[in-house]
Amino acid sequence: MTTETGSPSHVDGTSDPRPSSGNPLLEVADLTVYHGQLRALDSISLRVHPGEVYAIIGANGAGKSTLLRTIAGLHHPTAGSVRLDGADVTGLRPERRARQGIVMVPEGRRLFGSLSVEENLKVGATYARPGPWTIERVYETFDWMRGRRTQRTAQLSGGEQQTVAIGRALVANPRVLLLDELSLGLAPVIVQRIYGMLPQILATGLTVLLVEQDVSQALRVASRLQCLLEGQTTLEGTPAEVTAEQVEAAYFGLASAASLPGEGSGS
Amino acid sequence: MAWVNAIIQGVLTGGLYALFACGLSLMFGVMKVVNLAHGDLAVVAGYVGVGIITVTHIPVLWSFLIVVPVMAVVGYALQRTLIQSALNRGVLTTLIVTLGLSMVIENALLEFFTANSRGIGASMTLVTGSFSLGSQVELPYLLLLIFAVAVAVLLGLQWFLSGSSYGRLIRAVADDQEAAQLSGANYAHVFGIAAALALGTVALGGMAFGMYSTLDPTAGTDTILLFAFVAVVIGGLGSLWGTLLGGIVLGVAQQIGAQINISDELLAGYLVFLLVLVLRPQGLVSRRAQT
Repeated sequence: MTTETGSPSHVDGTSDPRPSSGNPLLEVADLTVYHGQLRALDSISLRVHPGEVYAIIGANGAGKSTLLRTIAGLHHPTAGSVRLDGADVTGLRPERRARQGIVMVPEGRRLFGSLSVEENLKVGATYARPGPWTIERVYETFDWMRGRRTQRTAQLSGGEQQTVAIGRALVANPRVLLLDELSLGLAPVIVQRIYGMLPQILATGLTVLLVEQDVSQALRVASRLQCLLEGQTTLEGTPAEVTAEQVEAAYFGLASAASLPGEGSGS
Repeated sequence: MAWVNAIIQGVLTGGLYALFACGLSLMFGVMKVVNLAHGDLAVVAGYVGVGIITVTHIPVLWSFLIVVPVMAVVGYALQRTLIQSALNRGVLTTLIVTLGLSMVIENALLEFFTANSRGIGASMTLVTGSFSLGSQVELPYLLLLIFAVAVAVLLGLQWFLSGSSYGRLIRAVADDQEAAQLSGANYAHVFGIAAALALGTVALGGMAFGMYSTLDPTAGTDTILLFAFVAVVIGGLGSLWGTLLGGIVLGVAQQIGAQINISDELLAGYLVFLLVLVLRPQGLVSRRAQT
């Protein structure tokens, strides 16, 4: 794990020549999810193409995590569909989706606390698809982990736990890796380091759909982004296409703040 | 010397209680289910054994090879149907459902087998024999064998849970069901395997009880479930080796009580149970201290 985090290779993501046409690997169409009476997601659609890093941004309670959890199968939509490589997986249980290649790193890491680091990885590998990732490869990628593989995960720092959680997902050899709020509760420098490893992970042929509250972080790594507000899409595009003002407006729901400056203070 | 003998008997009886208790502890530890039908299922295993021996005339010890797998399958099926559907409605529902199951089993046993008690292998040397150490200390073969089996069962469970792929999944699901699902594990199936293990051990307990004492339809709740609970609580909830320690403490307390006055056997056991609850409510082996 060399620290080439500082190099601006991420900028390439924005000029990614990959077309947005072609067959999406993950396709979400008109997804609507209710939590009781509350409509958490309102007709959300997105198409993630192979090799993309697709970022969902938005404030607390915008529905980002609900979207990811629904794609992973943990929530049931009242309408809409989730397709993986053209096949409808909307009715599949979470474990079936995981075995078909939709693997999520859940918010808050959710490691198995009474298991060691290596046992956590082994659980992740139990129902793995064939692919490049093995426990050995995880140790090669995150070299501190090998020396601490017999430790309980409770003894690790937050950043280390997050890395183990990513490793546990990687050994399943996902086709689409869902990352839910990697930065939650971590120091900015640790967050930088974890996101810095993303290119290395993408190089093995993964596709990533991530949810992030930290907008600047998301803009740096994403090849495409979508902003949610109260369960609805307020902005969609590549980081190159959208302006900071547009993102701000979409994030906070200032409907026309970008085009009508001064309107807010006029009252 | 009578006291030494009492203590040795008590320790050995602890093996039998550990067989009652380890399945209860496992089911509680993994799926947070307090299976109130646990003792009755042990009695069912005993009656299945009696039935098999009566019909096929196979040797008693061979019948274990049928009874244990049969009960393991029953455990898997029960978990996947009745207990899982209760779990989906909340942990408290499982208490009511397993209590109901317990009543159904007891009454069905009364209906089919009457209230008469039955023993297993009552004429075998293994059951009746013992060898003497000195003039006062008697070591019954059966209790020695049961104790050895209990230790072997606990070692086996420990090996399975820590070393095998399914054991790892069982612990993972016990820690975090949802995260285990995200790793591709079907938790209902994993729960089923844990229940199969639990009923496999309690089948051994029920058969052993039938050989050590006699089976009757109410022994499941009167004796087996009660002693299992006491052993689990004394030992520490969720701890496997704690069930053996708890069983031994209970067994020794009962034997010492019986030594003082034969009618104090049960009372002494429950007094120690209360004492542990007051002084060390987390049990002698607390789960966190375990590796």
